[in-house]
Amino acid sequence: MSRGGAGLGDSAAELLRLTQARQGHWKPLPLVRDSRLRWFINLSVLIYIVLAWYSIDINWGRVAQGMDRGLAFIASFLRPDFTTRGGEILSGLKESLTMTFTSTVIGVVLAIPVGLGAARNIAPLPVYLFCRAIIAISRTFQEIIIAILFVAMFGFGPLAGVITLAFATIGFMAKLLAEDIEDTQREPLEAIKATGGSWLQWINYSVQPQVMPRLIGLSLYRLDINFRESAVIGIVGAGGIGATLNTSINRYDYDTSAAILLLIIVIVLMSEYLSGYVRKWTQ
Amino acid sequence: MPVKQVNNEAVWQRREPLKQFTIWAGWMLGGMLFVFCWMLISENTIWEFLYDADEQAASLLGRMIPPDWSITGSLMIPLWDTINIATVGTMLGILIAFPMAFLAARNTTPHRAVRALALGVIVSSRSINALIWAMLLVTIVGPGILAGMLAIALRSIGFVGKLLYEAIEEIHPTPVEALSSTGASRTQVLAYAVWPQIMPAFAGISVYRWDINIREATTLGLVGAGGIGLQMNAAINNLAWAQVATVFVLIFATVVVSEWVSAKVRHAVL
Repeated sequence: MSRGGAGLGDSAAELLRLTQARQGHWKPLPLVRDSRLRWFINLSVLIYIVLAWYSIDINWGRVAQGMDRGLAFIASFLRPDFTTRGGEILSGLKESLTMTFTSTVIGVVLAIPVGLGAARNIAPLPVYLFCRAIIAISRTFQEIIIAILFVAMFGFGPLAGVITLAFATIGFMAKLLAEDIEDTQREPLEAIKATGGSWLQWINYSVQPQVMPRLIGLSLYRLDINFRESAVIGIVGAGGIGATLNTSINRYDYDTSAAILLLIIVIVLMSEYLSGYVRKWTQ
Repeated sequence: MPVKQVNNEAVWQRREPLKQFTIWAGWMLGGMLFVFCWMLISENTIWEFLYDADEQAASLLGRMIPPDWSITGSLMIPLWDTINIATVGTMLGILIAFPMAFLAARNTTPHRAVRALALGVIVSSRSINALIWAMLLVTIVGPGILAGMLAIALRSIGFVGKLLYEAIEEIHPTPVEALSSTGASRTQVLAYAVWPQIMPAFAGISVYRWDINIREATTLGLVGAGGIGLQMNAAINNLAWAQVATVFVLIFATVVVSEWVSAKVRHAVL
């Protein structure tokens, strides 16, 4: 890096910096060149932190009371209790896993047409806007909010959970798939079109081979996310391990909570390992 | 090349018969697993609830529209709380994730045992949803904004830590070697050879997580951890769906703005 001082703009300060550097007092270049802007940014961050600090009202008495519970929770990870509520944990876990798999399959199958419609290079404008609207709605709201609505519509139980997760999967997969389709090479698309292939053949032979590895990788990633989410939506009655976890926390039965959390961590780790393996194999 | 003899003519096939069969069997197994899972879910579902789902949906929608705009003013402070939960939570999370990432990266970690420990922290934090952290923290520090902030921070450690340590592992080794060969200390190497290389990724990851945290912070109130979710929960419990709709609109607007900010910043730094 042999940049002269002349090329760097505001010369007086820069010259001073260089002279100092030659005398052995080197300082790295500041991130924001303009010193007034720099101070303005620092000051506004400081003001924000102060304002934000005042919006938290900490009840120190309550925190001190809770510390014992905090320690008990940490200690419970050393003696997780898998057996006392073993039956509930097992059935909750089974329900979570089945919900995860079913919802991912349904979600990915439905996300493919939406993703095709949301790719600007292959879809006409009205279809594009419609599909983008579906994606925006599905992505804005957290799974738990959607779960509340679906539980109100379909009643308690895993079906509401499956529909929730599938709905969230559509937004996630369709957005990433559409971006991937928009990044495909144009030549194969034109080549198949030039041979007179039908629309389905066009998609099947020019788009699909280019996006398939990524689609598989993303589906596995979403499987992982859906499992983690399935542990949460049980709180509002949409089935899965979440209900058991919620009950155990509310009863301060931290040994059971720790057991459930450890199981979740292990399953997530396993699925991550597996998806890494499959991704290596598909690419 | 796989070929098949049809009437003494070689016909091109895409795959060898065995490979074709394996793929087919894989799809078959997957399909069977799907049907099996669906059966389990169907057993635990009360299908009677479903018969009037369309009426339920229509009446729900009917009660949500039009939204009750009169409560918008009273939602502004909870919204400000939500933004604070997300922002301060992200800051706290980054503060812990930053050293954790250096301990977890293969090329900057002081020892292999430390690396395993840091990876354990990152994985546990990542596997557990912010809402679960919030449930726990509400029982520990009491309901309120503090629990929400800590929940967001705990969840962010894993996310920021993982992406950051991957970025550290992908740096160019040449500047590190160059600086080490001049006799620079460990901290100097980190500050002048590693940090400049990961800074854009760091800024991008942080803003991305902040954007996600805004979304997550909107729901933390459901378990009592402060923010606009508290109002949403109250409205849902009162079956005041018109108010719920107002909250939804506000959340939608906030998320759109935060996503726009995040996209702008990421474009600027990457």
